[in-house]
This record gives sequence, C-alpha cells and structure tokens, in this order.
Amino acid sequence: MKMKKIIIYSLFFFICNFSFAKEDSCFDCHNELEDNLKKPVEMMKNDIHYQFGISCSHCHGGNPLIFDESAMDKKYGFIGVPDKKEIVQLCSKCHSNPEYMKKYKPGIRVDQMELYKTSKHGILLEKGDKKVAVCSDCHSSHGVLPSNDPRSTIFPQKIPTTCGKCHGDKEYMKAYSIPTDQIEGFLESVHGEALMKKGDLSAPACNDCHGNHGSVPPNIENIAYVCRQCHSLAAELFLKSPHKPAFDKMGISECVGCHGYHRIEKPSDEMLNPQKGICSSCHEKGSKGFSIAEKIYSEINDLKNKIKEAELILNRVYKMGVEVSEAFLVLQNAKSSLTNARNLVHSFEIKRIEEAINEGLKNTEKAYNEGKKGEKEAIMRRKGFAFSLIFFIILILALFLRLKEEKFSKN
Amino acid sequence: MKKLRNSIYKWLLERIPLKELIDFISKKGVPIHPYSYWYFFGGICLFLYITQVITGILLLLYYKPTMESAYESVHFIVAHVPFGWLIRSIHSWSANLLIGAIFIHMFSTYFLKAYRPPRELTWVTGVLLLFIFLAFGFSGYLLPWNELAFFATKVGTEIVGTLPIIGYPLKIFLRGGEEVSGATLTRFFGFHVAILPGITFIILGIHLLLIQIHGMSVPLGMDEKELKKEPFFPNFFIKELMVWLGITMILVSLSVFFPWPLGNKADPFAPAPPGIKPEWYFNFMFLTLKLMPSKIIFIEGEVFAVLVFFFAAFFWILVPFLDIWSAKEKRSGLFTWIGIVSLVYIISMTILAYILP
Repeated sequence: MKMKKIIIYSLFFFICNFSFAKEDSCFDCHNELEDNLKKPVEMMKNDIHYQFGISCSHCHGGNPLIFDESAMDKKYGFIGVPDKKEIVQLCSKCHSNPEYMKKYKPGIRVDQMELYKTSKHGILLEKGDKKVAVCSDCHSSHGVLPSNDPRSTIFPQKIPTTCGKCHGDKEYMKAYSIPTDQIEGFLESVHGEALMKKGDLSAPACNDCHGNHGSVPPNIENIAYVCRQCHSLAAELFLKSPHKPAFDKMGISECVGCHGYHRIEKPSDEMLNPQKGICSSCHEKGSKGFSIAEKIYSEINDLKNKIKEAELILNRVYKMGVEVSEAFLVLQNAKSSLTNARNLVHSFEIKRIEEAINEGLKNTEKAYNEGKKGEKEAIMRRKGFAFSLIFFIILILALFLRLKEEKFSKN
Repeated sequence: MKKLRNSIYKWLLERIPLKELIDFISKKGVPIHPYSYWYFFGGICLFLYITQVITGILLLLYYKPTMESAYESVHFIVAHVPFGWLIRSIHSWSANLLIGAIFIHMFSTYFLKAYRPPRELTWVTGVLLLFIFLAFGFSGYLLPWNELAFFATKVGTEIVGTLPIIGYPLKIFLRGGEEVSGATLTRFFGFHVAILPGITFIILGIHLLLIQIHGMSVPLGMDEKELKKEPFFPNFFIKELMVWLGITMILVSLSVFFPWPLGNKADPFAPAPPGIKPEWYFNFMFLTLKLMPSKIIFIEGEVFAVLVFFFAAFFWILVPFLDIWSAKEKRSGLFTWIGIVSLVYIISMTILAYILP
C-alpha cells in the first residue's frame, strides 16, 4: 500500500514538473497573436539558442512564468524590441563571455564584439549611425542557425544575399557614397560562379576577403594580402617580378591592376593578347614589354593548340580500340606544363615561362607521335582484318566446293 | 616419298589401333532430320574451348598473377606485345561466346530430350561442364585486377558466404582470407590455369567419349533406323569446319572493332564504383538476389535464393533420371514446360538486369 502511494505521488510530481518546465508565457501568448507578433515564435523553433534552452526572456527580459500582460513589466527587466546598439550589447553579453560559451560550444570564438568594434559597421554604430549592420542583420534576429547549416543566412552561398540586402540597395546606401554593384559583379565573377553555380564552398564569398565581424573594405595596397591567402604561388612570383616595384611606383595594386576586384573574370590567355589584352594599357606597341607579352601570348597559344591537336588524335585512336593510356598520361604532363607556364606569367620572366612551355611542347609531341603510331596501328588492324576476312571466305568457299564434290561423287 | 609414308603408316599401325580408329570414323554417321543444325553447337563449344586454351597459354607467357603487377602485365600485353591486344580480346570474347554456346547447346539437347537413356551420363557431364565454365568465367574475370572485376568478385564471394554452414569457410577458402586481396588473385589464377583445366580435361574427355560410344541422339518420336545419315567424315566434318571458320570471323571482327576494355586498376581502399555488375551470364542470379525480400518465412531472402539456385542446379543434373516419360519414348510436356519457364526466366532476368537501375 505504502509503495503504491509513493508511485502515485512520484508520477504526479513528474507530470507537474514536466508541464511547468515546458510552459513559457512568451511562447504561449505570442503563439495566439498574428503576423509579426506570431512570427518570432515560429522562427524560434529552429533557432540554435532555443535548441540549447535559451528563450525569449534571455534577450527581451520579462517573466515567462506570468501568463498576463504584467509579464512584460519593466520591473522584470522587459526591454521589448531592443534598439541597434542594444542588440550588439545583448549578444555580446553571452558571446563575449568565454566561461558561459564554453558550456555550449567549447570551440567557439568569443572575440566577435572586439572585432566588430574595429569594423566599419562598428565604428559607424558608435558614432550613432543606426543604419549599419549589427548582429541580427546578418545572423537574423529569431531563427539563428549555425553557419554550416545551408538554411543559415551566413552559409557561404547565402552570404552574397545577406550582404547584398544593404550593399546592393542603391537607396539604402545613398548616404555612404559607395558603389552598390559589388554583389552583381561578384555573382558574375569566377569566384561567384564557383560558389553559387558549381557549389564549391571553398570559393570565397564577401566575408572571406572583407572579414567577418571585423569587416573593413580592403584598401588598394592591402587587397593583394587578401588575394595571397589563397593564390600564394602567383603572389610569390609577382613579388619577385619587375612589375612589383613598377606597380608600387605607379600606385597600382598588385592583383587588382590586371584582374580587377569583385567582378574578377576567369583568367584567360586572351588577357595576354597585346592587341586587346591588358598589357597594352601600360606597354606601348613596339616597346620591350609589348614584344615580351606578344611572345608569351603566342607561345602559350602554340602549346595550347598543339595539346588540343594531340588530344584529338589520341581520342580518335582510343575510340578505334588502340591502347593509348600511356600517351594520355604524357599529355596530362603537357597540360600541367601549360598550367605552370600560365602561373609563371606572374613572374614575367620569359626564360622561366619558355622552360615550362618547352617541357610541355616536348610531352605534347611525344603524345602526338604516340597518337600517330596508334592511328597507323588501327589502320593496319583494319587492313589485316579485311585480308583475314577474304582468306576465311576463300577457305569457306573451298570447303563448300569440297563438300559439293563429295556429295556428287557419292551420288 | 610414298615409300617413306607407307613405312611410317606401317610403323604406326603396329603400335596404335589406327586402322580401327579410321574404320570407326569412316563408318560414323550423323542423322539427317529438321533439327540436325543443333548438332553444330557441340562442335562450336569445343572449338571455342580450344581457342580458350591456345589464347590462354599465349597470355600466360606475359601475365603476372600478383596484386602489384597483374594489371600492369595485362596492360603490357595489350599495349606492347605484338598482337597481344588480339590474343587478349579473342580470349575474352571467346570466353563469353563459349558460355553462350554452352547455354544454347544445353537447352537444344534439353528440348530435343537428348538426355534419354542411354545418354544420361552425357547430360550429367555436360551440365557439370557448364558449371566448370561458369567457374572459369568467375575466376578469369578477376585476373586483370581491374576495378569492376575486383568489386564483382567481392560481391560474388560475399554471396557464397551467405550459404548456411559451409558459406563462411567457403568464402575464406575462395578469398584466401577475410577480404579480396592478392591472396584471392593468386588463388583464382591457380583455379583458372591448373585446377579447372585439369577437371575439364577429365569431364570433357568422358563427355566426348560417351558421344562417340552412343552417337548422335535423334529427337523424340523419330526412329533412328529410318532416318538417313550423312557420313561424319568428311561431310559433317567439312560443315563443322565451315561453322568454325565463321566463328573465327566473328571473333576477329569483335576483337578488332570492340577490343575488350581493360578499365582502371583496382584500388581496394576506393569506394565501389556505381553500377557494379557481374558478367552477363551471372546477371539473372544476381538480379534475383537483389529483388529478394529481406525475409522469406524465417530464412533471409538472399540465403533463400542461393539455396533455391543450388537445388535448381541439382535438379538440372538429375533431369534424365526424373523425366520418366522421355525415358519411355513418350512425350514429356512437364519437362518441356520446365525448360521453357527456365529459359524465359534466364533471358528476361538477364535483360532486366541491364534495364533496372
């Protein structure tokens, strides 16, 4: 009997405890409301904070255990909709506290606030500009998702849209007199195509060059440092090239001078074409620089065309059934030499570029000769087949005549 | 010259019963009836087997049965050995045509009820030869050590492992360990060039001997004595030679225009490429296993299918002893229908295996 009582009481307390723990007046009341007042509740269901048990009152204040309007009394610390400056303070209350953050995500950074203060956004906010981006503008206010969630506003493929919300809006950015075509340019660029069309998440989005929380516009002299983070080999070659001091003297930024920024086109050999390329913008026709550009352009094109020719013949021979995998490997080496030569263009050392091109030409010739050999072999096989066919037909006919003769003699 | 020939002939006659042999061949006749053309398929199988042996021996001159060099040695044969490409392609194509020819030969003898007494053992040895050649195909498929063969062998040996009681030890025996590795390759090479040819030599010998003893069977309902016969030598032999030449032409054409591909070298650590399938002649069994539900009564679906195939094979061997109607020269509708159902099943499942994803 005593045992039965204990079980019933335990069950009662468990149910009560469970139902209280789940009750939250913010959720319950806002769920009954409409439109903008209901929306946060729906969004919060997926929010990373909500998953960890952090609810409305943690940011907005108030008492979630009171089920009437008094829950939003100021005595309970209710602040309602925080203003922009308050938002940064609110988020950093936890996100700048290593002890607190360790409990949820031990590896997470806690210097966002410090970085934000150094950013253009942070500096302007400090000056009282309420139009600048604060945490909630990029991460969203309710329904904050981790950056590796494809639905998140800060997922690499979503970043251009997130930044573009303000930076692509001419009217909104009017007061700052900065261009608003960056997003458009980025989407058409080689980086934009890789990230958005090919789904290559390693391709840079806005934040990879401008920084995340400490975002600043890279100045003309330090933009190269940003490019070097990924294009280290090209940067290394350029730094030792005669163009580096010349560019510095002329005040041209290393990479931007030829490749531009935001709307960075996929580099092509045509960039070297002295007739319509970018070399001629500095090097006059007949000058040494012009003739070197002309030479590099023609030699790279020569290698490119020869590789195409060798590939064509090897593919044809392969389809004819001749084993040419070794020749394909040799051609692959030639393609690597072409890539190497293209990259060596950043050194502007004709000798080094020619070395790579010659290496490529040597391998291309080897592959082409193998292709020619294979073509001869394929033709020989077909001729041999035709001869053997005639031979077999003659043999069959001879046997047929022998059979006829046998039957005739029997009859 | 004539004198020398006569003396050699005389010398041979004293040592070998050549006269009896010549007498036997000259008296041997082949019955003439509307289904006589099916007789050629036995000869086609024999010819393709001889092609296999000759091209196989030639490939052996360069092939290296180790995990490190098997693929490279086949590549060397195809790319650098004079006519190596032709020998390898003929070996692969004739292996496939041989299995096809065996199936045709088997079903033709089945529907003509050629297994009737006294030819029961000819049928039994014939079915055993089919199983042996399937084993030849399975073991030979792995030898170039390419991606497709590696994973197909992995799947194939895994299926063997599902058999109750003997499955696991049999899988370990075939693989030479837990996984398909260099040990499997060496083992399969041993099966392919030594054990299986040895067994084939004995069983094929018995099969051919029995054919010579009993002669060609005539279809049910025909009286052998009333049928006209054509001499085996030279008439039927010449016809058979013409067919063999035709087959050679097909083999050479296939090898020249569709050389057998080598594929990529097997990488045991790489994930299996999509669309792994065994050779076409195993596809009907492979698809059956794939379509099986996870459980049938209390047995796992896959195990159930494997057991069914084992019992079907056993039944197929025993057909001459079970078909009591044919033995009494009576029409045997039941066995004809069993044959039709089996044939339709094999063909449709083989086609479906290529259509279904």
